[in-house]
Amino acid sequence: MNAAKEPIIICKNVHKWFEDFHALKGVSMEVKQGEVIVIFGPSGSGKSTFIRTINRLEEHQKGDIIVDGIALTHDVRNIELIRQETGMVFQQFNLFPHLTVLQNITLAPIWVRKWSKEQAEAKARELLERVGIPEQAAKFPGQLSGGQQQRVAIARALAMEPKIMLFDEPTSALDPEMIKEVLDVMIELAKSGMTMLVVTHEMGFARAVANRMFFFDKGEIVESGTPEEIFKSPKEPRTRLFLSQILSH
Amino acid sequence: MTHATVLLRPKTRLTPAQWIRRNLFNSWGNAILTILSVWLTFVLARGIIVWVFTTAEWLVIRTNLRLILLGQYPIAEVWRIWLSAAMLSFLIGSTVGVWGWEKTRPVTRRIWVALASLPLVFVFTQTDSTNRLWLAALSILAVAGWFLGRPATRPLRRIVAIGWFIWPAIFILLLRGLTPEEGWLPLVGTNLWGGLLLTFLLTVVGIVFSFPLGVLLALGRRSELQLVRWFSIGYIELIRGVPLITILFMAQLMLPLFLPTGLTIDRVLRAMVGITLFSAAYLAENVRGGLQAIPRGQFEAAHAMGLNGIQTMGLIVLPQALRLVIPILVGQFIALYKDTALVSIVGLLDIVGIGKTVLAQPEFLGLQREVLAFISLLYWVVSYAMSYVSQRLEIAVGVGER
Repeated sequence: MNAAKEPIIICKNVHKWFEDFHALKGVSMEVKQGEVIVIFGPSGSGKSTFIRTINRLEEHQKGDIIVDGIALTHDVRNIELIRQETGMVFQQFNLFPHLTVLQNITLAPIWVRKWSKEQAEAKARELLERVGIPEQAAKFPGQLSGGQQQRVAIARALAMEPKIMLFDEPTSALDPEMIKEVLDVMIELAKSGMTMLVVTHEMGFARAVANRMFFFDKGEIVESGTPEEIFKSPKEPRTRLFLSQILSH
Repeated sequence: MTHATVLLRPKTRLTPAQWIRRNLFNSWGNAILTILSVWLTFVLARGIIVWVFTTAEWLVIRTNLRLILLGQYPIAEVWRIWLSAAMLSFLIGSTVGVWGWEKTRPVTRRIWVALASLPLVFVFTQTDSTNRLWLAALSILAVAGWFLGRPATRPLRRIVAIGWFIWPAIFILLLRGLTPEEGWLPLVGTNLWGGLLLTFLLTVVGIVFSFPLGVLLALGRRSELQLVRWFSIGYIELIRGVPLITILFMAQLMLPLFLPTGLTIDRVLRAMVGITLFSAAYLAENVRGGLQAIPRGQFEAAHAMGLNGIQTMGLIVLPQALRLVIPILVGQFIALYKDTALVSIVGLLDIVGIGKTVLAQPEFLGLQREVLAFISLLYWVVSYAMSYVSQRLEIAVGVGER
């Protein structure tokens, strides 16, 4: 790791509207290489929308987003470049049901990175080993449990060797007993130095590996700080209320 | 905890007498219905059997069989059709082979064996020795294809799939010929194509060309480019609002008016174009249904990993969408096969058209029933075959098991 710690993601005053609904109201954030960011907040607060603007699954209407030195504009080539550098993991996994686990993982390296099939498959098997399910390579997604599917989805995103990983509520659709196996993979990834933006309510994960946390409400960043600051002495009453609600049980 | 006792499911097998009583005579009303339907079935079946084996004069079919099957295709060139059929037979055999003979159910295996030996049965009905040889070749090639395909490896499957793509082209090329006048493969004018051959051709051409066209139209209708979208919508809605028969009439009668003098388009070709354009509009709507069933998350996942629009469509969305609509598409193709009968109204000699000319021969006047029954049988056999293939295809690609 170079010690320079350049900001790899720069968001300045990002606004987003869905028709008349103002979903993001001037969000600014800088993320340095290797940082693990946890974004949390009530539903409808714009946290998912925000990380989806970073790889342009949602278009922002005002403000600047610069990822790895590339500005997000309408230029399709820039969008595709940024998408190659950012992996994304979805709440609903979104694996391709007509392809095997191995094909799911090798698809993008073969078609986008133009790797040979052998190279892509070797990488895929290495990643399946890393997420702990090497024996499932030949199966179809429908034959796996939710936790296994999400781990395949993580391996699929990592196969492109991205510089940034975006996680959009990766454990929200999982049965409770499967959350840990996915979080373990994410913690390992965080410790390996990957730059990660994670939308989640898993506060254990935040405590363990987050560098900074951002609390979103009504399309704005209400408060940010290290996990210690956020958990021990939240400044804003809204943050305090929300934390008490999700930590009380 | 004590050990759970495993209870065997109680035996519920009934003797035939019990089954009949329980299912057919369990009330007075049902008893009457049962007796009525048995009587009706008996009367109908007897009527049909008596007609088929005693009253009906099948001579009309036997005399005109070649006409009904091939139209007026020159006898000297019939070997081309035999050759195409032989290739098809080989292709079907190898398809059955690569599809996994071990996984095929015993009943289905017997059906395939029966089908493969069917040409041998006809060997004995033929007097012409060349025909006999060709018929025997059909059986032998089917078995040979099956044998060669049995290892069912990936490359073999790919070869067979490619075979299915190029066979229609070879078929039409052979049929039509290459060289004008004399020569190695002299041209055979389409005015001589007829009967089941023509029906079959119209169907194959209709399917082969309307499929890509329909997929393109379906994609066009969802395009972000306004012009492409409006063109697709306009085309689909226009064609769907018009009966096929009017399109065929327009192709036959009105098209020549718009073309410069001296330029004529073949009549069969015109019918093929009409059928293709008609079928493409319906196909587009069916494919669009499949496209709409693909969740947004699939697009997002594909985009998020950097696939471009064409890759997303071709690798992720279309394969899933087409798989979903196989049953609908096959239904449409069966309908297309039967709709080709309409070309007889614009004067082409497909099975129905040939049937009409056969019935116009003075010695066969009044034999409509025999001719219609035989024609119906031809339609039914091919339609059922398509339906069967569709079911197998659905199982093979796993529709509905995700």
